[in-house]
Amino acid sequence: MTQPQFIDFYTLMPFLIISVWACLLLLVDLFIPNDRKGITVALAVLGLVIALGYSVTQVGLASRGFNNMVVLDGFSTFANILLLASGLLGIALSYGYNSRMGINRSEYYTLMLFSVGGMMLMAQATDLIIVFLALELLSIPLYVLAAISRKRDAEESGVKYFLLGAFASGFVVYGTALIFGATGSTNLADIFYAASSGTSSLLLTIGAALLLVGFGFKVAAVPFHMWTPDVYQGAPTAVTAFMAAGAKIAGFVALFRVFATAFPALSADLTDILWALSALTMIVGNLSALSQTNIKRLFAYSAIAHAGYILMAFVPYGNSEVAPTAIAAGLFYLVAYAVTNFGSWGVVIALEKAEGKGLELSDYAGLAKKYPALAIAMTIFMLSFIGFPPTLGMVGKFYLFRSALAGGFPGLAIIGVVTSLISAYYYLRIVVNMYMKEGDPVAEREPWLGFATALTAVLTVVVSFVPQFLFLLASTAIFK
Amino acid sequence: MEFLLQPLTLLTFFPILGVLVLLFMNSEQKTAIRWVAMVTSLLTFGVSLWVFSMFNASNPDLQLEAKYPWIQVAGWNIYYYLAVDGLSILLVMLTAFLTPISILSTWTAVEDRVKDFMIFFLLLEVGMTGVFLAQDLFLFYIFWEFTLVPMYFLIGIWGGPRRVYAAVKFFLYTMAGSILMLLAILYLGIKTDTFNIPTMLVRLPDLYATGTITAGVQMFLFLAFTAAFAIKVPMWPLHSWLPDAHVEAPTAGSVILAGVLLKMGTYGFLRFNIPLFPNAAIQAAPWIALFATIGIIYGAAVSFAQSDMKKLVAYSSVSHLGFVMLGMFALNAEGVAGAILQMVNHGLSTGALFLLIGMIYEQTHTREIKVYGGLWKITPIFGTLMLISSLSSMGLPGLNGFVGEFTILLGAFGSEAIGSPWYAGISALGVIMAAVYILYMFQKVFLGPAGEITHHHELKDLNWREIATVIPLIIFMFWIGLYPKPFFDILAPAVEKLLSALPL
Repeated sequence: MTQPQFIDFYTLMPFLIISVWACLLLLVDLFIPNDRKGITVALAVLGLVIALGYSVTQVGLASRGFNNMVVLDGFSTFANILLLASGLLGIALSYGYNSRMGINRSEYYTLMLFSVGGMMLMAQATDLIIVFLALELLSIPLYVLAAISRKRDAEESGVKYFLLGAFASGFVVYGTALIFGATGSTNLADIFYAASSGTSSLLLTIGAALLLVGFGFKVAAVPFHMWTPDVYQGAPTAVTAFMAAGAKIAGFVALFRVFATAFPALSADLTDILWALSALTMIVGNLSALSQTNIKRLFAYSAIAHAGYILMAFVPYGNSEVAPTAIAAGLFYLVAYAVTNFGSWGVVIALEKAEGKGLELSDYAGLAKKYPALAIAMTIFMLSFIGFPPTLGMVGKFYLFRSALAGGFPGLAIIGVVTSLISAYYYLRIVVNMYMKEGDPVAEREPWLGFATALTAVLTVVVSFVPQFLFLLASTAIFK
Repeated sequence: MEFLLQPLTLLTFFPILGVLVLLFMNSEQKTAIRWVAMVTSLLTFGVSLWVFSMFNASNPDLQLEAKYPWIQVAGWNIYYYLAVDGLSILLVMLTAFLTPISILSTWTAVEDRVKDFMIFFLLLEVGMTGVFLAQDLFLFYIFWEFTLVPMYFLIGIWGGPRRVYAAVKFFLYTMAGSILMLLAILYLGIKTDTFNIPTMLVRLPDLYATGTITAGVQMFLFLAFTAAFAIKVPMWPLHSWLPDAHVEAPTAGSVILAGVLLKMGTYGFLRFNIPLFPNAAIQAAPWIALFATIGIIYGAAVSFAQSDMKKLVAYSSVSHLGFVMLGMFALNAEGVAGAILQMVNHGLSTGALFLLIGMIYEQTHTREIKVYGGLWKITPIFGTLMLISSLSSMGLPGLNGFVGEFTILLGAFGSEAIGSPWYAGISALGVIMAAVYILYMFQKVFLGPAGEITHHHELKDLNWREIATVIPLIIFMFWIGLYPKPFFDILAPAVEKLLSALPL
């Protein structure tokens, strides 16, 4: 054990910026008068922008810190940028929505910053203790945010998320303990050496499986998805949007890093389990979405289904030839998913009314006539979710299915395309309502919401034409 | 930016310019919107003529190539690659030719959301042209899937009473086929390390010879591509989306659907299934011939039973495209050349029939055969044009349909790949049956005593715009029917090249 050096803090800099900024903001906010709380939001945005700018300068650099407990590498920088951007989009979606829904509480934005910090720490962690710390740091603010509107179903949502999330954390802790028992370390690199030299593998396997359960909760993989529809529906929509992207990204990057660096030796046992998880998630998520009439529940099931697609990338993680491209495919799809996710929730927010009104599919009838731009944006997002050109989702799925085939899992790829076909049915129902039914919807016009929705729609289309840079970023986002 | 000035890039993406203009127009200025769309599609047709003038028909290879690296990361050799050859040039021309005609036909038929309609229509043209020109599988797949989107909206928004059902069915059916093709494309991409079709054609024979891709896998790949294309064609028994889509689609949509979109399926067989999987194609030829023959007879029989004119023509498409498939999988020069020409023919004659039926429907709002009768006396011009189109569709000598079907049957009779003259023999019955159902419709609608519809409507004959819409098609029907040589000359070298690569 060496004492922390100054250099160690550089490794954690993006996370430190956000956490320190969030702590300061909590204090500063006390001195901001109630009628000028916009300043708090602006400051929160500023913090995210600074950290984002810093992270962008870190592309291509790598360092380790705190006795190998954290690392800053291509992978974590990629995740950090994505998470910070998610934070910004989350705030853009929240700002008008919160004042409209009467959730004008300035700690909302501080909590969001803390959560983003936790997610970033998750991406940088190379020690199971840090993983756990990060998991809690990202989750606890989310529990609070889910219940922040103090409405009945929001409280239900918060409590449900908290209880099941705590349960999931328990799995992670227990798994960590077993792994420590088996290998004598919580450091991923040490675990890797211990595991590949073949020490007491049963304990290790059980430990890894428990970790998988814990992460499975976070990313909402079947059969650990039960909480998702209720929580997504009950939470304020802007929080749902943030949760659906941020928590999923964090869960997946942790899963990728922990399993690919610590447990390649266990892939013989775990690959089948991951295969089944991925297949089940795609099938159950998509089939359950078919019968939904509430848009928040529909998107909740769609989010579950997409966890299945991303998991697909991860199935061949033990095959050292395929694993790097497979993980790159997963990262690429995470970007596609995050962008599309925020855009589609943006449209939902634009149409949502107080008291949970405006959230049925039938409320979208006639949208195209009255708000053509909104309808076009939503159509783009739906096509992206289906995996249809010209959208990012299509390129992402192309990448995912390719890596599944290259990894030797044609069955999984077939399940992937067939469930995409099934998903087309329910995504098209939204398009049908918007374009082919008569109705008189009323949408809110909020500048930041409109900006975020338009930006994500444009990105979804434009990046699909020039995806090269994203491919390169994803394929160079490797572990150090 | 140099790639923007390539002739084929211009041809493919020219309609986008019109879309951009339309986006900034007030949706109330309907006439102006129509003119913008019309002019755009005419200019696109002009570009296609320019491309055609540069096309060298005696060269069997890909020409006018526009090839630029697009996504170049490990294992992803994806190019932006457009090129044209004798197999595709006629279909490209057909697309550019039918689009302005279809737009002209909507002049008074589409009054609702004209701007959206024209935007979708021009986007559809981009997709269709791209499908015929793309020489990179990734690019092809993008164009192929993209065509679904505007067509889905065209049917779903401007269609008939069951439009939503028809649109969703169309979308899901077609997507079901293409997802299997997607997996096959990815598999080929992994094995050959490229998505570039010409390069793939160079690398695949080795992979087959060394057993890296076994005969069984080759057959699987062939079937995966077949799934996508057979649904699009549509081949019996995968045709059930077609009548719904056709009947519900607005006239212009039907014209493009029958004229071009279905040809994407047959073209796919020609461009991908036969050259990429030659052994599987030869093995499968008798089976395809069988299904094609069933389709020919089935389509004709079902057509005869229809009471709706549009549905009748829709089912006749199943029959006609059966001929195309039969000729193509004869895998000899006559069969394939006849098949390509018949693709064009079907576009012309069925396009004309849909246009004409649309024109009368606009006046009466019914397509029931039984309510018409004795129209010839009231609307002689309409009757004449309908008669020519009908005769063209049923394959009367002197008109285009005859040339195509005759060549196809000639090819199929002597085909080694199909192995039996029976398929051609039975299919020939389809020609007779076509005469029966087409003439039955013509007789019921135009001859005999006046039907009830004439009592309720002041039927007007076609106006100048409507005549102008159909006349170009009629000219080509006669041209191909009387002097098909220039058309065969364009096809022949490319067809010969295609077949010479087959291990027959």
